[in-house]
Amino acid sequence: MREIFEILEQNARVTPEQICTMVDKPSEEVEKIIKQAEKNGTIIKYKAIINWLKLGQEDVWALIEVRVAPQRGVGFDAIAERIYQFPAVYSAYLVSGTYDLAVLVRGKNMQEISSFVAEKLAPLEQVQSTVTHFLLKRYKENGVTFHLPKETNKRLPITL
Amino acid sequence: MINIKSPTTKAQDSLISQKVATLPPSGIRKFFDLLSSMEDVISLSIGEPDFVTPWHVREAGIYSLEKGYTMYTSNSGMPELRHELALYLEFRYGVSYHPEHEILITTGSSEGLDLALRATINPHDEVIIPNPCYVAYPADIILAGGAPIPVPANEENNFVIRTDDIEARITKQTKAILIGYPANPTGAIMSKKEADAIATLAKKYDLLVISDELYARLVYGAEHICFPSLPEMKERTILISGLSKSHAMTGWRIGYVAAERRFIQALTKIHQYTMLSAPTMAQMAAIEALRNGEVEVERMVQEYNRRRRLMVKRLNEIGLSCFEPKGAFYAFPSIKATGMYSEEFAERLLVEEKVAVVPGTAFGPCGEGFVRCCYATSLPDIEEALRRMDRFIKRNGLNKA
Repeated sequence: MREIFEILEQNARVTPEQICTMVDKPSEEVEKIIKQAEKNGTIIKYKAIINWLKLGQEDVWALIEVRVAPQRGVGFDAIAERIYQFPAVYSAYLVSGTYDLAVLVRGKNMQEISSFVAEKLAPLEQVQSTVTHFLLKRYKENGVTFHLPKETNKRLPITL
Repeated sequence: MINIKSPTTKAQDSLISQKVATLPPSGIRKFFDLLSSMEDVISLSIGEPDFVTPWHVREAGIYSLEKGYTMYTSNSGMPELRHELALYLEFRYGVSYHPEHEILITTGSSEGLDLALRATINPHDEVIIPNPCYVAYPADIILAGGAPIPVPANEENNFVIRTDDIEARITKQTKAILIGYPANPTGAIMSKKEADAIATLAKKYDLLVISDELYARLVYGAEHICFPSLPEMKERTILISGLSKSHAMTGWRIGYVAAERRFIQALTKIHQYTMLSAPTMAQMAAIEALRNGEVEVERMVQEYNRRRRLMVKRLNEIGLSCFEPKGAFYAFPSIKATGMYSEEFAERLLVEEKVAVVPGTAFGPCGEGFVRCCYATSLPDIEEALRRMDRFIKRNGLNKA
């Protein structure tokens, strides 16, 4: 079963028929597993990884370190929830170390991000401090490299 | 590529050795030239992984250069590498080799095969080989001064040579049996029973067994039988293997030979005069591959398995009946239903649909009626290649067998 998800994680556009051949299981079974996973949230979403830079429309990204005060009974979850529901927040993680939440924010320009930090994030009561790091270059995301030239096939056309 | 059927060149040039001049030439030179001149070809005729060597292994190679490991190593190879290999063979197949005396690092398994033959063959000794088989087997035997004795490995017998057929060809001159399972070009593996039968035969006639197990790690839903791990076989087997296929390291040229001391001593004699030592940087990378490469090997095997299932299923669907290959990364479908010869099929498929496969006859006359399709290529390419083959077959019709 795990293999089905590994295949989909690599390429969400593989059809159930292709998967059933690859994992050597009947197609009904594969379709059932996928349907169920879509329903119960094992598969959350199918999406494409876009290199917006190619379109000349790259957004501005910032990684924000957020220090917060945990609350009784709910720990970090309640404040995290307050934060990650903002549409500008692309990813949010609770981390160990010198700060608590690592928040990846996406905006059209620097202005948009700084106003998000100044007006939305920093004023929250539990937020003690923020440090904003603007992303300068994206090298690798979701296991995909952005700037490396694609490793082309250097094999001879025929070898025995 | 050796085409046994094609006429041998006569030794016109007195400066070229008779043996080399009369060595059968490549049967697919024309095919290769044609292929190289075309664009947008999907090639299923490649015999190496499409994966680039895993990064941690490449990085170890780079590091070795940075640290200045640019000198020869000992003739037998770096002690650390031989040690890792001894552990690996013991762990994987339960066969123990002494890292000091029973393992030799070679420049690719090709060198190992050449050494094994040259170190053991006397003039006119006969060596049993499967047919079809990897192209270097007959050529290397001839160059070592021996005579290749092909034994048909038929589809009816899962492309494994039958002991009856071997026994029928054993003469006073028979010195060795050279086997290579998992097999190139058929993808066949050898079962325990079949291996045991060959072992019994080897004992009965006191034959040497040269076992080329380069594809040992690429088996699917089956266990690889390491020939020297069979009872009493270590003493008469020369095991040849390497990291090229398992760790996607073809270009690094790292192979090894494992055998009892007397064999390794003999092979090392030739190796020390002809090769000195395998490339140092590649040996360093190989150590890293053996120490930390298992996850990557398993990932690649899993990926090959998916492609294998897809290719075999599609080949059967389009009417090319295909034996289920349980090893290596080749499918060996029968094209008899098209009524074409292998070479004709391969050439027309290339010209008409731009898909390259290798005619089975490239691997010996018993390969007639088959083509080799390598599935070590991306899934989309496999799918597109099979769509084109489907079109080709529909256009040319089946049934003329």
